[in-house]
Amino acid sequence: MSLIRKHEMHERRFSRNLGVGLTLTALIAIIFGLTMVKVTNDDFSLSGSGVPTQTEEAN
Amino acid sequence: MTDVSLQTFDEHEPQFGDYFALLKPRVMTLVVFTAFVGLLAAPVALHPFVAFCAILFIAIGGGASGALNMWWDADIDAVMRRTAKRPVPSGRVKGDEALAIGLALSAFSVVFLGLATNWFAAGLLAFTIFFYAVVYTMWLKRTTPQNIVIGGAAGAFPPMIGWAAATGGVSVESILMFALIFMWTPPHFWALALFMRSDYDDAGVPMLTVTHGRPATRRHILVYTVLLAALALAMGLTSAGGPIYLATALVLNAMFLKGAVEIWRRDEVMAEADNYGVEKRFFKLSLLYLFAHFGAILADRALETLGFGFGGLL
Repeated sequence: MSLIRKHEMHERRFSRNLGVGLTLTALIAIIFGLTMVKVTNDDFSLSGSGVPTQTEEAN
Repeated sequence: MTDVSLQTFDEHEPQFGDYFALLKPRVMTLVVFTAFVGLLAAPVALHPFVAFCAILFIAIGGGASGALNMWWDADIDAVMRRTAKRPVPSGRVKGDEALAIGLALSAFSVVFLGLATNWFAAGLLAFTIFFYAVVYTMWLKRTTPQNIVIGGAAGAFPPMIGWAAATGGVSVESILMFALIFMWTPPHFWALALFMRSDYDDAGVPMLTVTHGRPATRRHILVYTVLLAALALAMGLTSAGGPIYLATALVLNAMFLKGAVEIWRRDEVMAEADNYGVEKRFFKLSLLYLFAHFGAILADRALETLGFGFGGLL
């Protein structure tokens, strides 16, 4: 018999921690995926943000 | 001397599923599906991952408004049998937590939809959350029997948001999709109010069954179903429809009208005799009705993509 008896509360807490962990992991994956899609898009440009693009710098 | 400490646990230990239940996952399926159809039916193609994210953020926005609704309505949810087991009235999640989750997810979904697609779609999502949480939940629901009629607009916005996410604007097609859900909502909820019997009375929610009585509710269901059928069939002749949509609309509207006439002809004695069988069947049919109409819109767009376009008569 283990020294620490598992209470039903521990299972609920574990479910909550696991759920939050997986949600945060999914959030990271989504933000990363979105960023990759946006920056690899053909019409992606930083010109609107005030940061000079390579083309603008060349001119 | 011996120190004895007694650790007491707070009974408030929600599972992750309790938080998820705040987002009304069953309502979310309707939001996801109609937004998905709106997005795919649009004439502009989005990158598949961006489209997936757009649908996800719309779903989260819908879920956030559900959490805000549960926070505000915890008192009446506790009274009604249908809603008494929801996370807040059952005590599994605190009201403050529901409010915090609702607000946080609202902000998250709007900002990320804007970043992923465009700010018009994000604005439409923000307005939808505001409309459901404030206009419907806080204002209309407890003050007028027209709560379902006007509040139904909140549930009708998702296909418009999906369309706006792809195109950046509004068009006749997206307004027609909005109108279809808007007109469908009252008969759907009034049928539910008929067979949930005393729930709304007990909670003091001024549903039509409470303020105008059940015979008036039955008449209203018939009138709205006739108007809905006219709209749904007319929509089949526009560019929003197509041959599959038209065939689906013909069959389902005939069935829906038949159900509405049956409901109109019955009284409470007849309804109680078969435990509201006709009303329950009508409610189930209403779910199939909406999914089939939007499924047909999607099928027609697929036909167009394959080169069998219809284009619409109007």
